[in-house]
Amino acid sequence: MVMTAHKAEAATAQGGAPELIKAVPVRHPGRWVGAAVILLLVALGIQSLATNPQFHWETVALYILDVNVVRGVGWTLLLTVLSMVLAIVLAVLLAVMRQSDNPIFRWSSWVWVWFFRGTPVYTQLLFWGLVTVLYPTMSLGIPFGPALVTWVLEDPTRGFIPAVLGLGLNESAYLAEIFRAGLKSVDKGQAEAAEALGMSRGKIMWRIILPQAMRVIVPPTGNETIGMLKTTSLVLAVPFTLDLTFVTNSLANRTYLPIPLLIVAATWYLVITSILMVGQHYIEKHYGKGIESGAPPVNPAAAKAAAAGTAPTGTAPTGVEPGEAIPGGPTVTGKDIEESGR
Amino acid sequence: MSAPAQPKPAVVDGRRDTKELVRIEGVHKYFGDHHVLRGIDMTVRQGEVAVLIGPSGSGKSTLLRCINHLETISAGRIFVDDELIGYHERGGKLHELHLKEIARQRRNIGMVFQRFNLFGHKTAVENVMEAPVQVKGQGKAAARRRALELLDRVGLSERAYHYPAQLSGGQQQRVAIARALAMDPELMLFDEPTSALDPELVGDVLNVMKDLARSGMTMVVVTHEIGFAREVGDTLTFMDGGVVVESGHPREVIANPQHERTKGFLSRVL
Ligand SMILES: Nc1ncnc2c1ncn2[C@@H]1O[C@H](COP(=O)(O)OP(=O)(O)OP(=O)(O)O)[C@@H](O)[C@H]1O
Ligand SMILES: [Mg+2]
Repeated sequence: MVMTAHKAEAATAQGGAPELIKAVPVRHPGRWVGAAVILLLVALGIQSLATNPQFHWETVALYILDVNVVRGVGWTLLLTVLSMVLAIVLAVLLAVMRQSDNPIFRWSSWVWVWFFRGTPVYTQLLFWGLVTVLYPTMSLGIPFGPALVTWVLEDPTRGFIPAVLGLGLNESAYLAEIFRAGLKSVDKGQAEAAEALGMSRGKIMWRIILPQAMRVIVPPTGNETIGMLKTTSLVLAVPFTLDLTFVTNSLANRTYLPIPLLIVAATWYLVITSILMVGQHYIEKHYGKGIESGAPPVNPAAAKAAAAGTAPTGTAPTGVEPGEAIPGGPTVTGKDIEESGR
Repeated sequence: MSAPAQPKPAVVDGRRDTKELVRIEGVHKYFGDHHVLRGIDMTVRQGEVAVLIGPSGSGKSTLLRCINHLETISAGRIFVDDELIGYHERGGKLHELHLKEIARQRRNIGMVFQRFNLFGHKTAVENVMEAPVQVKGQGKAAARRRALELLDRVGLSERAYHYPAQLSGGQQQRVAIARALAMDPELMLFDEPTSALDPELVGDVLNVMKDLARSGMTMVVVTHEIGFAREVGDTLTFMDGGVVVESGHPREVIANPQHERTKGFLSRVL
């Protein structure tokens, strides 16, 4: 309000539009030199990649879509996704237990994190591999009672479940700490307001706290997922031998051409990582709702009506009128002050 | 629940002639060794506006938070609508209520916080709808209609689809009031609802509260806005050091305080 008044005054005082500044920008020669150096290095790199026969690009082309390699990509993805899902479920549980009033819950959560974070994942994978030697069949049923479902795990997929267990349990310890930090980042007033409204503990956690904690949780969890993608290359410890790294390594050993097959593996890891990054971007955007204030408020009823090409009729008082300025952020605009001045 | 716009009942002897909605009997509260409430007795009748004042640390917030059991009391009893809050008395012994039961008691008691505490990931209208849908199991469409009505009542129908971060403090606090009202509470608790606001935004929130008071809502209000107490308050209670020092009709207490401590405090805030 005050600012607009000033502007209006200034404009009328000069009797027309103000003269806009057209200044000569400061030159930055250093930036140009730096950019030139980088471009030169990139050009050199590309030239060497293209002309050095040791890269064996024809072998790369031959194996990049090889059926075994593509299967390896599939197994690697499956390992990554399943162990992350297991880790996330466990981590939510561990983080909630850590905040519990029950000392046994708090303590066991602490011990879990201490143990799985404190031992190498390679060792854990070896251990889970040995467990399958001890228990070659797995069954689901009543404890001490009859088994309902039984799997006999066969080679070479027999290492899959121990690999997921090893990766997932280890990861759960790291994620638990990330989730704990996320839950702590949500203001206590949020839970209090929800309690005062009579919401149950579970609903407060799922609908109020976790969604807001996600803002803090998602970026490091994305990091961990990408880390997990690469950690899956350790599953040969179990041993599980169908993942991307193992497959490309054995192809390299067979063809005596390690470099092109390393390029094949690296390309696939990069592709998957890029896809994961895109996914993370959208998840972050979803949970940034209400915090990143860039998005203008949308009235769903009006938006639907606009999409259908009709005006909203008989709806309750709605949000933003067409043509009305939308405040883009948390700043108090002149209109707000005007409104509250009534 | 009292319907809005119901005329206030007759006033007898300076107090209303209605039933006692809140009964606080000999309440003590310790935080560890810290004796914060030292025997509080107080009643609030239906439709009354009880204003609580007192210096910082005197226990006003704690008392308010005991009424909806956000804090447990160490001794005494608190009744709302003749129901003992937080406990169940059987055979002369107190049993803690199950969390579900406590949640049920809280539904009847709305609370407005100094720092608004709107759910940051939800728009204004979603904030107001949340409890009716999640707690009462109301349908979404009906809850939304009601939420928009309530936002209109607090003068914010144009801001219904804004997130809290896109609202000024005064607007956030009015959404918070609408959110509490959406549960149709019988009693509203306000803990310094205007003290986190810029001076020019205080008036809007107070106006909404005055409207609410005139519509017959029972309110317990912690505030330093003496003008509000004078205008719509039925009782004014001055607390200091965890005890009620003085209580009476606001105009009398303000014009003619009986205790030195009350005089000193009022001279500082007036
Ligand atoms: N959760 C808690 N743990 C320990 N002490 C507390 C807690 N909450 C409040 N207190 C103490 O209890 C006393 C009363 O606090 P309370 O918040 O009720 O005061 P108040 O009258 O609301 O003050 P103000 O005007 O500053 O809000 C203070 O000394 C405070 O430090
Ligand atoms: Mg307080």
